[in-house]
Amino acid sequence: MDRRAFLKLAATASGTAVLSGVPLMAAAQAKGGVLNVVVQPEPPGIMIGIFQNVPSQMVGGNIFEGLLRFDADLKPHPLLAESWESAADGMSHSFKLKENVLWHDGKPFTSEDVVFSLDKMLRETHPRVRNFLTAVESITADGPYKVDFKMKHPFAPFIQSFEVGSMPMLPKHLYEGTDYAGNPVNSAPIGTGPLKFAEWQKGSFLKLVANEQYHEEGLPSIEAVYFHVIPDGASRATAYETGKVDVLPGGSVEYFDIERLSQLPNTEITTKGWEFQGSQCFLWLNNTSKWVSDKRVRQALMFALDREAMRDIAFFGYAKVAPSPWNSSTKYYTEDIRQYPRDVEKAKELLKEAGYDGSPIRLLPLPYGETWQRLAEIARENLSEAGINVEFTATDVAGWNQRLGDKDYDIAFSYMSQYGDPALGVARLYTTSNIIKGSPWNNVSAFSNADLDALFDAGAREVDEEKRARIYQDAQALIAEEVPLAWLFEMIWPTIHRANIKNLISSAVGLNDSLGRARIE
Amino acid sequence: MNRLSFLIGRICQGILALFAIATLNFFLIRAAPGDPAAVMAGEAGAVDEKFLQVVRLQYGLDLPILQQWWIYISGIARLDLGYSYRQQASVASLILERLPATLVLTICAFVFSLVVGVTLGVLAARKPGSLTDRLIGFLALIFYAAPMYWLALMAVLIFSIRLGWLPAFGYQSIGADYHGLEALLDRMRHLVLPTLALSFFYVAIYTRMTRANMIAMSQMAFVKTARAKGAGETRIQLRHVLRNALLPVVTLAGLQAGNMVGGAIMTETVFAWPGVGRLMFDALMQRDYSLLLGAFLITAALAIIFNIITDIIYTLVDPRIAL
Repeated sequence: MDRRAFLKLAATASGTAVLSGVPLMAAAQAKGGVLNVVVQPEPPGIMIGIFQNVPSQMVGGNIFEGLLRFDADLKPHPLLAESWESAADGMSHSFKLKENVLWHDGKPFTSEDVVFSLDKMLRETHPRVRNFLTAVESITADGPYKVDFKMKHPFAPFIQSFEVGSMPMLPKHLYEGTDYAGNPVNSAPIGTGPLKFAEWQKGSFLKLVANEQYHEEGLPSIEAVYFHVIPDGASRATAYETGKVDVLPGGSVEYFDIERLSQLPNTEITTKGWEFQGSQCFLWLNNTSKWVSDKRVRQALMFALDREAMRDIAFFGYAKVAPSPWNSSTKYYTEDIRQYPRDVEKAKELLKEAGYDGSPIRLLPLPYGETWQRLAEIARENLSEAGINVEFTATDVAGWNQRLGDKDYDIAFSYMSQYGDPALGVARLYTTSNIIKGSPWNNVSAFSNADLDALFDAGAREVDEEKRARIYQDAQALIAEEVPLAWLFEMIWPTIHRANIKNLISSAVGLNDSLGRARIE
Repeated sequence: MNRLSFLIGRICQGILALFAIATLNFFLIRAAPGDPAAVMAGEAGAVDEKFLQVVRLQYGLDLPILQQWWIYISGIARLDLGYSYRQQASVASLILERLPATLVLTICAFVFSLVVGVTLGVLAARKPGSLTDRLIGFLALIFYAAPMYWLALMAVLIFSIRLGWLPAFGYQSIGADYHGLEALLDRMRHLVLPTLALSFFYVAIYTRMTRANMIAMSQMAFVKTARAKGAGETRIQLRHVLRNALLPVVTLAGLQAGNMVGGAIMTETVFAWPGVGRLMFDALMQRDYSLLLGAFLITAALAIIFNIITDIIYTLVDPRIAL
């Protein structure tokens, strides 16, 4: 399937949502132009096989590619793989690769690279992929353009993990047999994407240029992308106002600046491009700490919080109060579960039942700036109205990581991606096997419930859609009753950009793999 | 001979102080919660035991702390600042890469604040209580009291956003591909606002200090003697009064100079200036121990060196001070 066919298919499937501006694509012949984008903070590295944090993904996701690309409805489309097949029982998958693909250094991309990336390198360097791949029995190349996966057991969201951030394809000829982390290629990465690495002046900017040998006809349209490193939020807003940058990716300015900036001339604002991440904001509730381990106290916390006020005051409306621990872009989402509207009296009652005596509960705010500080302050006020005595614990990011990793907190703010499927991004928050010391991104609540474990386990392996949906709806109902953590919001990260930049966001991971497909008119 | 032995003594003291500082820094940083493994675990988005182990092994965090200290200190003795695994580069090369940007900014600010501060101080002291004096005093008060951060943002608001005269951030126009004179002018335009922001506070201090000392010195007997001799007023002000009034200013200038590498963190952050201050800040946030310690050490070394230089300048300004 070529690009145009892909676009047609995607456009019919997803309406105009993600691919607005597509009809112009065929007509627009003009090429060229430079995109100036903010990257915040400066990434530690851009080789996304090794660095998986947010800014690394945004730069590296445009240099590297996955086998598949996903639209706003999380439907897969061909990229490095032109077609794929899965056995009905979910025990095997096979991918047919595109044949004319070259690495940025001119070497051909083949099945050997796929096998090396998934079976060797990413297993070493990418903890999230290591988790996915536990279900895989073997990965083998069948000729230069076909790759076969045999499974130990079915893993329902397997196809979905072939997105670039999860499984970027890496060049075997440059990495095989080397020290992956110390390989000098990491500082000038070689991928297959529409943009290739050109220059990085540390502390100042990163430059990518068009890959003239890109495997999709007519792409890329732009000449170069500059990622500007601007460490201060107000200065990033100024940079847009003074015309130095044209794109403010979601999260690069404070929420209170969004409305003002989006009103500037020749400016558009969009909330698209975060469907795959599907971030949910919540409060970790430490199920091993004295009071919070009591279900009634956890429910009381849910009733005590004024989530509407938080949305309006801290996020200036750019957040959605979450009716479910599932993000609405995550599969099998349902609102048909116990709800927790604000009810301070009910909270007080529950606390009384639990025998809570007013002893201090430590709250760990998220040290990500102004918005999160405000959020924590509102939470403290809400909770104290219900009679909960909240004490702040002040930390920086490193201290926050450490405290969550060590479970040295009572309640703590965080947000995490759900990757569109409960088995990819939700199970890790709740299952007993994910209570791992040292990381802030697993079951930090240390909640453990055999029924819930069984549901998540069954859901990951179930290939029948209907049965799978029922399993996860049961899981949501159970979570809504037990409140292992306090789900608060679906995050909204508006991207602000000049109106003459078209097709800026064309996938479910947004800027992370769309920059090479943007056009300037 | 006297001066030489003084110098050798001071240098030996300085080296001892440097090792003491290095040791103190080493333990202070480790006292902060969170280590590089915690930070990288936070960034990786998913983590298992294996990942943490690998990171801790790479950073040598599995060794007993005294052994880690010994490795660090003996490295310094060999002039080896260590290796940043985080950035996959030697600490020395990372600092050297950022040093020019910081030095350009801080030297400009140093010269600007000293020249402007002393000049304003002299002007104000000529006629204490006059309109000029009060105007300068008012300005100095604002510069002294307003936080640098706020002044910087106001300057950006006025000169970059409203008037559009000067760039708001960065140290060059990215992607403009300027050469020769054009490139130089471009850099200078970028330099104006950060230099001003970094200078205001010191301008205020130099102004007030110069003024106060000038006024105090004007009442001294030797000034009366000079007047009695019939020396011209300008000569009296500059040769007799100012020279004596400058001693405390020299002390302060020494402190400012010693603070040059590490002292511009705020300015570098607001103006996206790619210097050492920001490198330090990022290293702190990421608990990049070796890089942070390296930057601290350079800062400390410069402070010590400038202290020694200040002592020498003292003797030049005031021959009565013996070494």
